[in-house]
Amino acid sequence: MNDRSEFFSNIGGKLGAIMKKNVPFLILVFLLILFSFMAPNFMTFGNMRTLIRQVSFSGISAVGLMFVMISGGIDLSLGSQIVFSNVLLAIMMVDWQLPIGVAIPLILLVGTGLGAINGFLCIKLKIHPLIITLGTSQIFKCFGYIINRSRNIMGFPDSFRWFGQGYVWGIPVPVIVMIVVALIGSFILTKTYFGRKVFALGGNEEAARLAGVNLNKMKVILFMICGFVTSITTVLLLSRVFAGQTITGQGLEFDCLTAALLGGVSFKGGEGTIFGLIVGIIIIGVLNNAMQLASFPDFSQTVVKGTVLLIAVAFDVYQKSRKAKKTVEKVTLAE
Amino acid sequence: MDAKVVLSLENITKRYPGVLALNNVSIDFLEGEVHALLGENGAGKSTLIKAVSGAIDIDSGIIKINGKAYHKVTPLLSRSLGIEVIYQEFNLVPALSVAENIYLCERIENSALFNAKEIEKKAARVLDQFGVNINPQSLVQDLSIADQEIVEIAKAVSKNVKVLIMDEPSAPLSVSEVEMMFKIIQQLKNKGVTVIYISHRLEEVFRISDRVSVMRDGCYVTTKNTIDTSRQELINLMVGRELRESYPPRKNPPGEVALELKNITGNGDKDISLMVRRGEILGISGLVGAGRTELAQLIFGAAHMEQGEILVKGQPVKIKSPLDAIKHRIGLLTEDRKGQGLFLDLAVKWNIVFPIGKQISKYGVMNTKKEDEIASHFKDRINIKTPSLSQPVIYLSGGNQQKVVLAKSLAADSDILIFDEPTRGIDVGAKQEIYHLMTELADSGKAILMISSDMEELLGMSDRIIVLCEGQLAGEVQKDQFNQNYILDLASGTN
Repeated sequence: MNDRSEFFSNIGGKLGAIMKKNVPFLILVFLLILFSFMAPNFMTFGNMRTLIRQVSFSGISAVGLMFVMISGGIDLSLGSQIVFSNVLLAIMMVDWQLPIGVAIPLILLVGTGLGAINGFLCIKLKIHPLIITLGTSQIFKCFGYIINRSRNIMGFPDSFRWFGQGYVWGIPVPVIVMIVVALIGSFILTKTYFGRKVFALGGNEEAARLAGVNLNKMKVILFMICGFVTSITTVLLLSRVFAGQTITGQGLEFDCLTAALLGGVSFKGGEGTIFGLIVGIIIIGVLNNAMQLASFPDFSQTVVKGTVLLIAVAFDVYQKSRKAKKTVEKVTLAE
Repeated sequence: MDAKVVLSLENITKRYPGVLALNNVSIDFLEGEVHALLGENGAGKSTLIKAVSGAIDIDSGIIKINGKAYHKVTPLLSRSLGIEVIYQEFNLVPALSVAENIYLCERIENSALFNAKEIEKKAARVLDQFGVNINPQSLVQDLSIADQEIVEIAKAVSKNVKVLIMDEPSAPLSVSEVEMMFKIIQQLKNKGVTVIYISHRLEEVFRISDRVSVMRDGCYVTTKNTIDTSRQELINLMVGRELRESYPPRKNPPGEVALELKNITGNGDKDISLMVRRGEILGISGLVGAGRTELAQLIFGAAHMEQGEILVKGQPVKIKSPLDAIKHRIGLLTEDRKGQGLFLDLAVKWNIVFPIGKQISKYGVMNTKKEDEIASHFKDRINIKTPSLSQPVIYLSGGNQQKVVLAKSLAADSDILIFDEPTRGIDVGAKQEIYHLMTELADSGKAILMISSDMEELLGMSDRIIVLCEGQLAGEVQKDQFNQNYILDLASGTN
């Protein structure tokens, strides 16, 4: 019927896909080259290690966020989840003197529970996750402040130091955790039936429902995954800072979201790869790190990051419109 | 005909990367004629419309409007010259009123202020011409599809239209609504408006058009006076080869009862009982809004059933969600394949195996080898034309997308299949393939429920037809009593 046009648009589609996968990667390579010329102490093993450790915390949470985003949702409460469970973990270990082996599993459970709250609110109130998590982020954060009672909680066992500050074969533990979480996440998304359902949900919710997917269950599970992964970040961050403060984790969702969008995770859902996400998170790390090396003032660092987010979203929209245009042409050809 | 040529296309060529969408096309459109444009999917009809409306730029050729030649037409120019297009997807704002839609973004009497009273009055006048009963104050989202179509036409007419282009206007309409639309087209014609009518339905072309032009593979084939041509000739011209729109014969008689509904109520349907046997195709007829799709949703667990009982193979079953229905081997091919049937951005094979993903996974991990096997099996079996199974379905033609939906249901190996408008908007060749496949499925012992607004296909394919009217069972017709008028009578509740 129309084999020729299908063939050609297929080539176009493939080229587009390759470009889309590689544009963030190309940006990363460009930045790395640029900064290694600009700052002589940028491209050193020590600095690279620091750089990746800096972003590994948001990187871990970003994997959880990505699950929610691919399914078409969003979680703006990541940072606030950390604020709350970070303080709670500190209280468990210092005030209640719980051993690490009890406190950490407990906080992972609490984190998963915070995600479940988000999920249940979404399906019960039938309100967009953007609004739900905007609301819960205020609530979680506030509870963090309440239980913290303006203290700087200190006095953790020394063995707790390993999670955020330790190394295995010279690689920081958080980086290893990020790699493991990313690999598991990638496996689930690409190889399992559950992963298919995540993409199905974001790709076409109604079609997913009619294919027998339990939408509500999926949504709650996805938020729980996000909460669980974020509570891993909580543990690592508290160990790294080694003091229970409400400042820890605030605004972390910003880096996660920027990284996800930079890495090609679509705001509308149905699209995204872990590879892209990791590239995105490293781009954020490179910017943070290079600006610190070049001793940019704090404010202008924020400006640069904001700009990068805008560019990332603009890129997402541009891709979408190009795709839509191609589709229109395709339909025109087909009719 | 000595009528004046209002719109003349001369040697229009439009090239897309790798494809010649329009190849030197020349057609004249006369004042006050209804000119049907026919062609298979991919023939270039839509591209031609877009060239005229200015939605795309043409590579070469001349568009003459009222004798004035243009090399380039912009949407603004085309509108100012009185060319209006009604696309398949309506361009209405659902949350605004009928009147606001008709006069969207238009200044009334040069006033900077928006005068709701005035436009409502004007809209009422336009709608009155058509003799339809639509309140200009009601919101477009509350209207039926047919009324929305009329609002689209009213919108065009209110702009002093000279050439009205309608792309598949009858697709979402039921028989009586199509009649109403024909009346309106007739009125426009009497006023000297040229109507360019694009449709897949040949019987409509014969009903309404004065002349008919055929396109094939981006080329203009010929123009005929409608009275001088025949259905078979048009089909041959369109496909360029002998092809008969025919319904394949069935080999096996129906077997035992596969599905039975007892007094089903819910989702707008009341007290519906029916049964369908293995190896049988049960046609479901009715006007749009008669509750046909709603019935399919009830059977499939996609809508809440208030009362009644569903029996599968004689056993009462509880179907509360699509998952339950799938477990009882019921498959639904939705009417809205893009909105409800497909994951457009995802690969062909992804779509085909998604519903059976669980069966082909071990410990939750998908067996991708099996996925490829299953997908390529169905690609070959039902002839899905795609360069690769990894191709996102959005790039396939309508007919091939419908085949992917079909493959999905076949892969799930359902015993009971509900086809909701299986051939809407797909071309003659693909239709034939779907018919053959349905026949094959019935012969292999599947029970099939087929909802269709295409009366010819319903009569041709079904073993029995039940008719719904306003959410209730209006009657059942056996094959030896098939009669279009009788079914229409039942559907419109006139007896």
